[in-house]
Amino acid sequence: MRTEGRVLAAIRQFTMVLIVAVAGFLAPVHSAHAVIEIDITKGKVEPMPVAIPSFVGDPKFGPDIAGVISNNLRRSGLFNPLPPSSYIEQITSFSAAPRFGDWRIIKAQALLTGQVTVQGDGRLKAEFRLWDVLAQKQLTGFQFVTTPRNWRRIGHLISDAVYQRLTGEKGYFDTRVVYVSETGPKSKRVKKLTIMDQDGFNKRALTNGGDLVLTPRFSPTSQEITYMSYASGRPKVYLLNIETGQRELVSNDPSMSFSPRFSPDGQRVIMSLQRGGNSNIFTMDLRTRSTRQLTKTAAIDTAPSYAPDGRQVAFESDRAGSQQIYVMNSDGTNQRRISFGKGRYSTPVWSPRGDVIAFTKLSKGRFLIGVMRPDGSGERILTEGYHNEGPTWAPNGRVLMFFRETRGERGGAKLYSVDLTGYNEQEIKTGTWASDPAWSPLIQ
Amino acid sequence: MTRLLEGFKIVAIALALLGLAACSSKDKPDVAAVDVENATPGSQRDFTINVGDRVLFLVDQSTLTPQAQEILRRQATWLRQYGQVTIQVEGHADERGTREYNIALSARRAEASKNFLIAQGIEPGRVSTIAFGKERPVALCAEESCFSQNRRSVTVITAGAVAG
Repeated sequence: MRTEGRVLAAIRQFTMVLIVAVAGFLAPVHSAHAVIEIDITKGKVEPMPVAIPSFVGDPKFGPDIAGVISNNLRRSGLFNPLPPSSYIEQITSFSAAPRFGDWRIIKAQALLTGQVTVQGDGRLKAEFRLWDVLAQKQLTGFQFVTTPRNWRRIGHLISDAVYQRLTGEKGYFDTRVVYVSETGPKSKRVKKLTIMDQDGFNKRALTNGGDLVLTPRFSPTSQEITYMSYASGRPKVYLLNIETGQRELVSNDPSMSFSPRFSPDGQRVIMSLQRGGNSNIFTMDLRTRSTRQLTKTAAIDTAPSYAPDGRQVAFESDRAGSQQIYVMNSDGTNQRRISFGKGRYSTPVWSPRGDVIAFTKLSKGRFLIGVMRPDGSGERILTEGYHNEGPTWAPNGRVLMFFRETRGERGGAKLYSVDLTGYNEQEIKTGTWASDPAWSPLIQ
Repeated sequence: MTRLLEGFKIVAIALALLGLAACSSKDKPDVAAVDVENATPGSQRDFTINVGDRVLFLVDQSTLTPQAQEILRRQATWLRQYGQVTIQVEGHADERGTREYNIALSARRAEASKNFLIAQGIEPGRVSTIAFGKERPVALCAEESCFSQNRRSVTVITAGAVAG
């Protein structure tokens, strides 16, 4: 058994222990075989058939947690949770070994079994084991203890553990999305910062709709959001603490500030400041409150996004006549254009893996979402249509979210996700119109 | 000038609708019958109807067209006449751009109109600007006929207008 130390360290609110497989389960019938694994870099993959029966124990949390996991894994496009009606064995005990033959018959390659109980102290205890059906061995297993209020997070954490064990990549299910919910007529939309789990559950408004708010982005600790609001009467960049609700103006500079984003270390906010007809890119140190100007052009320089190592910044500028993507060192030196395709390129967002930059592209009256390498090579379009805008990355750099707006007076924006491969487009249902999504890091 | 005339039509229709609504509820004289030329001089309505409160821009442009300059000259004349009036120039963009860029583009448009008014002798202290990007469209169809009306700067009186 390997210890999943990294996962353990990432989960603060949860007590978690590795479940050691009970001796006797482990008869490694096919031990010479490589364990099952999905290669998620290969474009369209055949989803792996998996079985996720209701967790035993608590009659409500048992099926509900299994349901959260099934939903997550199905939506990833990499797994095919088999219908419970096809199961031959009914799992009734967490400690007994599964009858692998029964699961092999229905072609499940992996089986997830679990148990959830409410303890004497009122806390929820959940345990799971992930089995390789063909090899007849346990691949991983943990135990979590938390408050019942957090039951969906248990589902997300187990989903991440399964995803990581079977793909070799970190998961992205125990994450949240902040976005702008939109209600009311198109001419006067009421916009609220809203936060939800990545699967669209646990929605909570963070602002009351009294002020126009735009472009929220998470801090690297995911406890704070930086965004733009008209609260003071003119557009300014703010910080909002998600837990306390405390709001703070970032810069006292009288000019309009917009398009903010945190630096990877969380120490700075990078944003545009408008002076006269021009917008340039500045950073503000959040401790010293000192600003530093990075670009100085008679143009619109905006939408800055740091590379994950903090050493470079991608941004858009119309200095050459139309919106194009540029990269510079984080001190403002070595500014160079990287987009040279046909059309206008905007909203660059650096992947958390550092390997590509996502963007919005306007071409022939259509709005596309794509990616290119930081040197501008390897451009690939992931989705296109009347209006797609504003990509944001899942923390593992394998999935993007963006908003898509439909035409006309009755049209509106909705959130979608798509894999980096361009496959597996999914709507994230929000109940209202929704725009400007920002994906959180893994919750700590 | 056709755009300007369209603007007049919209105002007239709006007034007519207001008038009808008022009539049905309170049986007052029909407001729509009032000659728009009779708006109280120096009032917000006078400015909107008889001067023109907005100018339009070409796609992805913030340069002032000859028509836009003509309207801004009229605005400047009116503002010189009513020297106590302060204004805020709102910049707007159509929906066919990305959010952050449109904020900046609309700021540029507001700034262009503001600078023109200042060049016409309006004291800078009387003019502020605000950028709304694509957040507040006035025409909602997905056609150029609507987009063109949304690429605008609107001069809004913030203080000093005559009542009425």
